[in-house]
Amino acid sequence: MFQVDNNTLSAWGRIKDSDIYYSFIKSPTAIISSVILFIIFFCSFFVELVTPYNPFDPSSLSLMDAFTPPSWTDDGLAKFILGTDGQGRDMLSTILYGSRISLIVGFSAIIFSLILGVSLGLTAGYFGGKYEMIVMRLTDVQLTVPSILMALLVDGIARGLISREMHDEMAIYVLIFAIGISEWPQFARVSRAATLVEKNKDYVSASTIIGVSNIIIMFKHILPNILRPVLVIGTIGLALAIIAESTLSFLGVGVPPTTPSLGTLIRLGNDFLFSGEWWITFFPAIFLVILAFSINLLGDWMRDTLNPRLNK
Amino acid sequence: MSFLKINNLSVDYRMRKETVYAAKNVNIDVNKGEILGLVGESGSGKSTVGNAIINLIDEPGKVSSGSIILGEINIHEDPKNIIKYRGKKIGLIFQDPQTSLNPILTIGEQLIETIQTHLELNNEEAKNRSISLLKEVGIKDAESRFDNYPHQFSGGMRQRVVISLALCCEPELLIADEPTTALDVSIQSQILDLIKRLTKERNLAAILITHDMGVIAETADRVAVMKSGNLVEIGVTKEILTNPKETYTKSLVSSVPPTNKKISRFVIIEKENKNNKENNLKILNRWTKKEIMKQDLVQVKNLSKSFDDNFFTESSKNSVMAVNDVSFEIKQGESFGLVGESGSGKSTIAKIIVNLFKPSSGDIFFDNICITKIKKNLEMMKFRKQIQMIFQDPYSSLNGRLKVKDIVSEPIKLHNPSISRKDLDNYVFDLLESVELIQNSADRYPHEFSGGQRQRISIARALATQPRLLVCDEPTSALDVSIQAQILNLLKDLQEQLNLTILFISHDLPVVRQMCDRIGVLKDGKLCEVSNTEKLFLEPQHDYTKELLRLMPKIESIYN
Amino acid sequence: MLVVAFVSFSLFNFVGDPINNMVGEETSDEERAEIRETLGLMDPIHIQFTRFVVNASKGEFGISYQLRRPVSELITERMPATIELVVISALIALISGTLLGVYTGINRKGFLSDIILAVSLLGVSLPTFVIGILFIYLFSVILGILPSFGRGEVVDLGFWTTGFLTISGLKAIILPSVTLSLFQMTYIIRLVRAEMMEILQTDYIKFARARGISEKSIKYKHALKNGLIPVITIAGINIGTLIAFSIITETVFQWPGMGFLFIQAVQFVDIPIMSAYLVFIAFVFVMINFIVDILYYFIDPRIRVKGDVSSG
Repeated sequence: MFQVDNNTLSAWGRIKDSDIYYSFIKSPTAIISSVILFIIFFCSFFVELVTPYNPFDPSSLSLMDAFTPPSWTDDGLAKFILGTDGQGRDMLSTILYGSRISLIVGFSAIIFSLILGVSLGLTAGYFGGKYEMIVMRLTDVQLTVPSILMALLVDGIARGLISREMHDEMAIYVLIFAIGISEWPQFARVSRAATLVEKNKDYVSASTIIGVSNIIIMFKHILPNILRPVLVIGTIGLALAIIAESTLSFLGVGVPPTTPSLGTLIRLGNDFLFSGEWWITFFPAIFLVILAFSINLLGDWMRDTLNPRLNK
Repeated sequence: MSFLKINNLSVDYRMRKETVYAAKNVNIDVNKGEILGLVGESGSGKSTVGNAIINLIDEPGKVSSGSIILGEINIHEDPKNIIKYRGKKIGLIFQDPQTSLNPILTIGEQLIETIQTHLELNNEEAKNRSISLLKEVGIKDAESRFDNYPHQFSGGMRQRVVISLALCCEPELLIADEPTTALDVSIQSQILDLIKRLTKERNLAAILITHDMGVIAETADRVAVMKSGNLVEIGVTKEILTNPKETYTKSLVSSVPPTNKKISRFVIIEKENKNNKENNLKILNRWTKKEIMKQDLVQVKNLSKSFDDNFFTESSKNSVMAVNDVSFEIKQGESFGLVGESGSGKSTIAKIIVNLFKPSSGDIFFDNICITKIKKNLEMMKFRKQIQMIFQDPYSSLNGRLKVKDIVSEPIKLHNPSISRKDLDNYVFDLLESVELIQNSADRYPHEFSGGQRQRISIARALATQPRLLVCDEPTSALDVSIQAQILNLLKDLQEQLNLTILFISHDLPVVRQMCDRIGVLKDGKLCEVSNTEKLFLEPQHDYTKELLRLMPKIESIYN
Repeated sequence: MLVVAFVSFSLFNFVGDPINNMVGEETSDEERAEIRETLGLMDPIHIQFTRFVVNASKGEFGISYQLRRPVSELITERMPATIELVVISALIALISGTLLGVYTGINRKGFLSDIILAVSLLGVSLPTFVIGILFIYLFSVILGILPSFGRGEVVDLGFWTTGFLTISGLKAIILPSVTLSLFQMTYIIRLVRAEMMEILQTDYIKFARARGISEKSIKYKHALKNGLIPVITIAGINIGTLIAFSIITETVFQWPGMGFLFIQAVQFVDIPIMSAYLVFIAFVFVMINFIVDILYYFIDPRIRVKGDVSSG
């Protein structure tokens, strides 16, 4: 009598049947931005395969090629599509290498803050009491301190603690830590709020009554149920982290010029802006904006889809 | 000639896979001075009809055909004009008074604005009118409360304010959409009386949308029964309730728990149980049945619980006593009922018994062992096994990320880690069978099931540890009445076959009467009286019990 | 506040050896000890901390390692520039952000709304420094109508230097303030829009519709009033963030404010300036939070009027 229709769907069938998939194929912006992101990720991580030049191999560089404008201008050379910079490095290759650094820093920072924030938020929401109060006060304090300032501070302290020689090597880790530590309160807040909702649902009580331990309840039962909002924050946070990385590098406190990220490239190119070599700063900047914009578009779509309340 | 005529009304929701008809060719008429009850289970389209009359359907739904004739005018002819009738000719009351009022405007501001939208009155006149209205709906000190914000009123008072807002421009048609569902029984009867009185006094045409047959029996002059967007039957209330013509109406009426007598099982008309009551449940082979002794299984002694939160709130002085010095016993194999209104502490007691909360003082003995004093986790596990719980909300009580199989097998694995994979699967199948679910339910996710089926999964999970005590916290109050009947039948059968002891918690007196052997009545955390069920219903001792019994909506009132 | 004071004190004390930063390599150990003594660095920690707090409350933070001038003097000198910049940007961001947010929240499906939303998403993806560079290139390099750096001519009012009184000063503030406000503005647009959309779905709006209240009143009276409550919080956070982001804008436009001073301090590990800046920021945040709380009290009746439910 309680017959449900008999064909149990496969996992892929389930995905295809879901509203999320439907909303994805119906949303041109979501498709376009994911395609762009895929291309950027692919080209950045497999940059050696994609470009013929290694901009960091001094032997392949020639100062004769310096300040070549993009290939479509009068003085441009076909072999340097986007021109070259002051040291004769091919802009396109340099940008892709730079974007790899930016992406690595962005991803690592966001994963770091995600793990930190979610575990603090989850435990705070679950256990409550004074522990929760302390964690939430901490996030409140940190949320009022803007992330860029936080990152600058961490960086400043690190500079004081680490010797100058060490600093260039450590810079990338310091940067990841600095950005990660400034983003975690977002995750903590969202996951705590979601945990509070989930904790009061009866399935958690049911598990407690059965005798399931707190840790298993938290990670097996609650965690999968709070991942949606965390994922949305994570996507938008990734864009913010990449922007923060480039901002810090632009201010000269990020990654050192020897392994330039997008922000470093923009800073270096900025010096040539007034002398007419606009492409040296323009292309990394555009690239950065496209990258951040695509991530944000995707995040925006995710938020609208995963939060059906606003989308009736 | 009826005052309101709904002709061939259809409402569609265009979804991505199909078009859903929330209402299909509905014909209803209402006269002045009468209350028409619009009754149906969830998804029957009863609220859709109410909203469609004033053309206030949420996207992507729309009225696709039909006409609404109010007096002589087809008010849907020009959709732009409908706004003139809202509030002026037609007043609407929503279910939840907590969210119906704008929180940052005073009730006076909201009243005056509504009045001035439709009537040409200056501020002074509008204010006078508002105050006399507030008095009419029974708000004391209307003059001083005029400038209060909605959060300063209690739920029942707020619903009165909502009614005064709906009536402030003297509409001729009043539509009340589940106006008392969010309220307690005692306040419910006051609000229903108010609606009845206003309908007669003002000669209104009223539509009362509800799922509660008892409310219909006591309030409505005529009743319209809806099912999946279709009108099943319409007629004089007494006629429909006592002598229904359609099968659906018959099954609906027979599912309603009678308030005046105890029946052994509910008659399920529409879907007959292909029951295996005769042939034994397979689960019995695994079940180590405890013989029922003439002893108490649970003793609750001087139980108290107060909630004072963390040190954020300084007001620990006036902490609320949710449970105040409550003592009772539950005998082995019996069904013990706890009834009370919201805030009476009944759920808190349940949660203390299953050890979700610690009591502030007092003890609970299970099988003569004090379980509230157990500190060790391992010790506790022995009792966790024996006490299980079924929750009210079938949607939140199952983890949507896990398959049914994983939900039901979790307790088995936890208490018997060495069980083999195959045996585990069979165990799960046996449990599903015992709650009348088919085997391949195991590989599905909870969202693929209806509310009643989810509640069965919940029961299967609770049975997985072979408990002796089953705590049921309002297990059917989120379900439609026909589903409720099935679940109550199932619980009775299981209790009989598995020698279960049940603690049944509910606000619904008729349900408790059908389910329980003995009943305790709770009010504000205190136990008023404990008595055998029939004795309680026939000769209530405590004033509060008498009051509750008097106010409970009775479907049988139609015979009087 | 005390927490921040302690953090900045710790910075002062434990990050690097201040003596090393102050004196040259060739200074003898005896001389170092002497300086240490005069600076009171030999005293127990808590005495040093008390002294730090006392001095800080008098506005004394010691002497900049790098510029060898009292920090308090440097801060007062730079403060007007930053405050003028932040105030102008905050006004631009709040006013236009709220207006556009309300517009897009109410007209959900309009063409103009779509444009505003797309642009605002782009705005979130554009790092402030990229906007700055683009503006400089467009308005200063190509069009040449607005200055690309500095404050222009300033008028000294004794305790305050202002750029508002001269044409060049006004011209100079346009680019930096617009740059600074854009990023925040886009945030406010999106927050206000989400808030408005959520409110328009509530039961009390539906009930107001059912009473025949005009759409105009529903949107601009019922919904807007509720929708503006969170804007206060946003505004508070907004000002804090603006101060932080002014670091970037000031660097791009070489605006002689505190942010510019701070970024130089970070690069040269100039601890006194860093800690003074930190204390200043903390002070501003505490003030903002205080003001926000007071505003809430006046605007939200649910906080102002205690519930008196008993009479039901």
